[in-house]
Amino acid sequence: MKQKRSLLEKAAAVPHMVWVALFILGPLVFVLYFAFTDTRGKFTFTNIELLSSYSHIFLLSICFALVATAICLLLGYPLAFVMARAKPSRQKLLMIMLMLPMWISLLIRTYSLMTLLDNGGLVNSLLVKMGFSPVTMIGTGGAVILGMVYDFLPYMVLPIYTSITKLDRKYMEAAADLGCNSIQTLFRVTLPLTVPGIVSGITMVFVPSISTFYISQKLGGGNFDLIGDTIERQFKYPSTYHVGAAISLVMMILILISIAVMNRFSDGDGEEMIV
Amino acid sequence: MKALSRSYLWIIFALLYAPILLLVVFSFNEGGSLSSFTGFSFRWYGEFFRDQVALQALKNSLFLALASSLLATAIGTFAALGLDRMRNRYVKGAVNSVTNIPMMNPDIVTGVSMMLLFVAVAGVFGLSDILGKWTMLIAHTTFSLPYVILSVLPRFKQFDKTLREAALDLGCTPAQSFFKVELPAIVPGVFSGLVMAFTLSLDDFVISHFVSSPDFQTLPLYIYNQTAHEVKYSMYALCTLIIVTILALLLIVNFAGSIGDRRNRRREASK
Repeated sequence: MKQKRSLLEKAAAVPHMVWVALFILGPLVFVLYFAFTDTRGKFTFTNIELLSSYSHIFLLSICFALVATAICLLLGYPLAFVMARAKPSRQKLLMIMLMLPMWISLLIRTYSLMTLLDNGGLVNSLLVKMGFSPVTMIGTGGAVILGMVYDFLPYMVLPIYTSITKLDRKYMEAAADLGCNSIQTLFRVTLPLTVPGIVSGITMVFVPSISTFYISQKLGGGNFDLIGDTIERQFKYPSTYHVGAAISLVMMILILISIAVMNRFSDGDGEEMIV
Repeated sequence: MKALSRSYLWIIFALLYAPILLLVVFSFNEGGSLSSFTGFSFRWYGEFFRDQVALQALKNSLFLALASSLLATAIGTFAALGLDRMRNRYVKGAVNSVTNIPMMNPDIVTGVSMMLLFVAVAGVFGLSDILGKWTMLIAHTTFSLPYVILSVLPRFKQFDKTLREAALDLGCTPAQSFFKVELPAIVPGVFSGLVMAFTLSLDDFVISHFVSSPDFQTLPLYIYNQTAHEVKYSMYALCTLIIVTILALLLIVNFAGSIGDRRNRRREASK
């Protein structure tokens, strides 16, 4: 039986729809508007054309984000696998331990990593005590990538962990019965079946990595200009808002396309957003 | 193999926690050095609590988190109700995907786009500076909304529709049946949405960075400004305080969740 919807039920979503139209769609319209106008409000393509001079920044950011994502995947998949195989009582504790850093501000985590790696930091003073010469780490590309890995690793582990725990154990048993050893089972059964988790892990690491500016500022020592840094700089002064909007627009489109492509890869089921 | 996997687990966790633990330990370091611990003291905590700007930022953060989480929870809960009852699949899909945009988009794009909206609106009305408390409230409410809906909507879906029919049969108006029967059943989802929105707001830096003004700073913005050029040891104290608060909140939420579960189980058992 279909009930008639009451007025409350009909109107309940209206405030939300208005809010979302004003403050989610509205801002995106203005990104478009700013990207295609000059400071006097005239339509122009110059902002988009100017982007070619930023192509090296785009390339560098994509490289850094890809490397960080790959490292997160290589470190994170085994971690998720081991966690999913732990005793159920232990699993809950491990989950909380994994989530806790995610709840601590990125600022704080990056800052603490910086103080650890700093020239006068603990790592270097330990090196000196052990008789080695100190190593400059802050300001290198490695430090920036390490920062991304450190900050976003939990985002990779969590969706993979969920998709492994959801797997029916019978698949693994069947594979073993059919003569797979544990390595073959991992690569031929578990890994292909957890692709949706991997895909959502990759997006959850790649997107913040490619758009960060705090990590590159703190750990890159100002030596690296990533897309995030560039956008942030453009929005300090009203005269460059238009270029900033164009860069943001292109980055947003690139990211949305890559998310769409990746979701196609995983047959859609990529909604494992764990929060 | 087992020993190997176990040690792998603990090595990763040790690396994950080492910088944070170090920060906590060195916040009690008397000498204000990052490499040698010279003595236990609350010196940097004292310094933090004497810093009026920091205390104001703390107040701002709490106000903003409370206001935006309440607003987002109110809007989001009703939105979840509306979405649950909505019959038009296309409208529902459209609303859902638009709501989720801030979750998919990089924070910096969300922040920048909202800033452009506010700047443009200010331009239209001839205001010089619109950024501040209210734009922050709007931004925080907006990015919290998808998370509130995500935690409330499943509760509506799980709700046994026959209970509502029973309430209507027994003479409730639809509004009464919603407030008296359905709402109590979804309260756990609403509560976890509220907590989530609260922590997201407290934690947000990137979006706030673009829609704020210097006269309304929140804690993350204050930390950002303080750590822009040099290391300040009172920031260690502040970070430690934040970490402890988050830990306490997490424990409370888990604890509250397990109480709710137990109550449900008892109810199941008595059926």
